[in-house]
Amino acid sequence: MLIHLRRAIVLSLLSMIVVGFAYAAAGTGVAQALFPFQANGSLTAHGSTLIGQNWSSPRWFHGRPDDTGPYATNTATGVVGGDNPLVANGVHGQSGATNLGPRSRTLLADTRALVRYWHHLGVSPTPDLVTTSGSGVDPDISPLDALVQIPMVARATGVAPSALRALIARHSHGPQFGFLGASYVDVLRLNEGLARLESRSTPRRGPSRTAS
Amino acid sequence: MGLALTLLTLVVALAITWRLLGSYIAALFDGRLHFLSAIERPVYRLLGTDPSHEQSWKRYAGALVVFSAVSLAITYAVLRLQGHLPLNPQHLRGVAPVLSFNTAVSFVTNTNWQNYAGETTMSYFSQVGALMVQQFVSAAVGIAVAVALVRGFARRGSSTIGNFWVDITRTMLYLLVPIAFLTGVVFVAQGAVQTFAGPATVHDVLNGVTQVIARGPAAFMESIKQLGTNGGGFFNANSAMPLENPTGLTNFLSIYLVLAIPVALTYTFGKMVGSVRHGVALVSVMILLFGAWASVTIAAEHQNNPAVAAAGVTSHVGNTVGKEVRFGDTSSALFAVASTQTSTGSADASYDSFTPLGGLGLMSGMMMGEVTPGGVGSGLYTLLIYAIIAVFIGGLMIGRTPEYLGKKIQAREVKLAGLAALVMPLAVLIATALAVSTASGRAGPLNAGPHGFSEILYAFTSQGNNNGSAFAGLSGNTPFYNVVGAIDMLIGRFAIIVPVLALAGSLAAQGAVPESLGTFRTDNGMFVGLTIGVVLIIGGLTFFPAVALGPVVEQLAHGRFF
Repeated sequence: MLIHLRRAIVLSLLSMIVVGFAYAAAGTGVAQALFPFQANGSLTAHGSTLIGQNWSSPRWFHGRPDDTGPYATNTATGVVGGDNPLVANGVHGQSGATNLGPRSRTLLADTRALVRYWHHLGVSPTPDLVTTSGSGVDPDISPLDALVQIPMVARATGVAPSALRALIARHSHGPQFGFLGASYVDVLRLNEGLARLESRSTPRRGPSRTAS
Repeated sequence: MGLALTLLTLVVALAITWRLLGSYIAALFDGRLHFLSAIERPVYRLLGTDPSHEQSWKRYAGALVVFSAVSLAITYAVLRLQGHLPLNPQHLRGVAPVLSFNTAVSFVTNTNWQNYAGETTMSYFSQVGALMVQQFVSAAVGIAVAVALVRGFARRGSSTIGNFWVDITRTMLYLLVPIAFLTGVVFVAQGAVQTFAGPATVHDVLNGVTQVIARGPAAFMESIKQLGTNGGGFFNANSAMPLENPTGLTNFLSIYLVLAIPVALTYTFGKMVGSVRHGVALVSVMILLFGAWASVTIAAEHQNNPAVAAAGVTSHVGNTVGKEVRFGDTSSALFAVASTQTSTGSADASYDSFTPLGGLGLMSGMMMGEVTPGGVGSGLYTLLIYAIIAVFIGGLMIGRTPEYLGKKIQAREVKLAGLAALVMPLAVLIATALAVSTASGRAGPLNAGPHGFSEILYAFTSQGNNNGSAFAGLSGNTPFYNVVGAIDMLIGRFAIIVPVLALAGSLAAQGAVPESLGTFRTDNGMFVGLTIGVVLIIGGLTFFPAVALGPVVEQLAHGRFF
C-alpha cells in the first residue's frame, strides 16, 4: 500500500507538470505564434467577433436577446426578457443560458414580451430574435434574422434597403465547407460594415442621417 | 442535405480510425510501441516500477484506488489554495470546501459535472494544473481498466492483468497527448482562445458598450475535454461558448473526438482477443442504439419549441431556444446525443431547453449505462458486462453452456457482472428519491412542474453515469447537491471499476474452453440483438417509472405551461 502511495504521488506531480503546465505552455506558444488574433479572443477595434454585444439602438442590427443584448433592461418598452440573471448570465463576462424548459410559463411570457418589443420597432421577428442562445453571448444571427430588421435600420439610418440587403449578403456565411453547422451573420462585423457604409455615404447624404 | 453529409463524413472518419486507432491502441498495450521510450523510462525510474513486472487484479485495483484518492486530494488542495497560487490574473479566491470536494470528485471520476462557472470561479492554475490534468489522467484510468478486462479474455491461466502504472503512463504519452495537442491547434485556428493574459476589456464606440471578455488557456483544454470524454468546459456555457467552440468545424470535430476512442476500442478488443468479428458485434450494438437515439432526438429538436409557438412565432428551423445560430438545431442535437451517449457531458446548447422528447432522448441515452459507445474505456468495459449478461441469459434460454470467448461464465462471473450492472441504477434512483423527498433537494430545480423533476432526475443520472451534462437550471452548488452528487459519482465510477477488475482477474486465471457445437455464438447478428435487448431491458425497466413522471408527462401535456 505504501509503495502504491509513493508512486501515486510521484505520478500525480509528474502529470501536473507534463500534461498540465508543459502541455498548456506548448499549446499557448504554438497558438500565439501561429494564430495570435484567434488565440487572444478575436478582438477588433470594437470588441470580439465571437462575443455578442448590446445593440439597443434601432440604427444597428440587433443580435439575439441574450443578457448582453438589448432587452434585459429595456425600461423604455417595459420589456424584461433575456436571460435569467439568477442562473449564470448577467454576471460581467460570464456565459450561460436561461435553461428555461420547453413548457415554462416564464419562457412563454418572455417570448411574448420579445414579440411585442419587435412589433414596436416595426419588425416581424424570426425565432432566433425572440429566443436566447446556449452561451448567452451568441455573436451571430441568421441571414434571415438580419433581413427582417432592414425596415428598422433603414428608417433609423436613412441607408437604402437595397444597400442594406447587399451589406447583409456580403457578411453572410454559409455552413462551413457547405455542410457543417448553419448559415450565419456576425453581428459585430455587420454593424462595422454598416458604420463604414454610412461614413462613406455621409458626405453625399448630408444631414439626412438620424441617430436616434 | 447538411445533416446527410455531416453523418456521412462522421461515419467515414470513424470507420477509418476504428481500424487505424484501434490497432494502434492494441499495439500500445501489447507493448509493441516504443518510440517514446526516452520519455517513458525516466518516468518508470522515478516511480520505481519495473515495466515488465505485472500485477494481479487485486494489486492493479489497489494501485488504481490509491492513485485516484491521491488525485482527488491534490485536485481538492489546488482548488482550495488557488488564491495563494500563481496564474490567477482575476485574483479569484479559494473555492469553497464542499464545492471543491464535488469538483475534485467530478474530474477524478471522468464525470466533469460542474457546479461552478469556470470563468468566474477557477484560476488558470486550477484549470490547467488540476482540472485539465484530471481530464488526461481519468481518461487514461478508464482506458486502462478496459484493457485490463480485455486482457482477462485474451489470456489463458494468467495470474496477472497488466501493470497499472505502465498502462496509464503509456495511454497518456502515446495516445491522449499527441491527439489532443494536434486537434488543439485546430480549435485555436478556428477561434478558440489560448492565452494566460487574463480577461480583456473592450469598449465599442459604435454603441457605447464596454465589455469584459473572459479569456484563458481554453483551446488545448477543449481538445482533451472531448477526446477523453470528459466534458468539463473552461467556460460556464461549455461548448456553446464561441471562445471555446467557435465554428461548425470545431463542433463537428468535437462530435468526432468524443466518439473516436470509444468506437476504436471495439477494434482493439477484437484484435487483442484474436477475433475482430467479436469487436464488430460490439460496435454494431453501439451503432444501432446510437443511430436510433440520434434519429429521435434530431427529429424532436427539429420541431417548434412549444412556448415559442404559443407566443405566435413558428419556425422552419426547429427549436432555437438555448441553441447557437452558427450550429443550428440539427448539429446541436447530434452533438448532444454524442455527448450524452459517450459519458462526455459537454454541451453546445442548453439541454434544459430541448423539447420534451429531445430531452428524453438525452436522458435515456445515459440511462442505458453509457455503452453506446460510452466513455473512453468505461464504454467498452460496461458493454462487456452487458455482453456477459446476454451470454448468460442466452445460455439459460437454450440450455447451452454460457461461454464468452472461450471463457466459462459461471456463478462468480455472473455475480460480478450483475453487481456492476445494477450499481448505477440503484445509485441514481436512490439519490433522486432522496432529493424529491427533502426540502434541500426540492429547492434545486429552476423550472416548475414535470420539468423540475426532470432536472433532478437528469442530474443524478448524469452523475451516476459519470456523464457530467446537465439540465443546468438546477442550482447544484448547495451542500445537498454537492455531497449527494459526489457520492453518486464515486459509486458510478469505482463500484463498477472494482468488480470489472475482479472479473478481469477471474477470467484471466481461467484456461480456454475449446469451442464445440454446443457453444453459443457471440459474434453474429443474433448475439447483437440479444445484447441490445439486455441493454434496453435493464435500462428501460429500471428507469421507465421515473422517466414517465418527467419528460413523458411533459411531452403529453399539450397546451399546458408550468
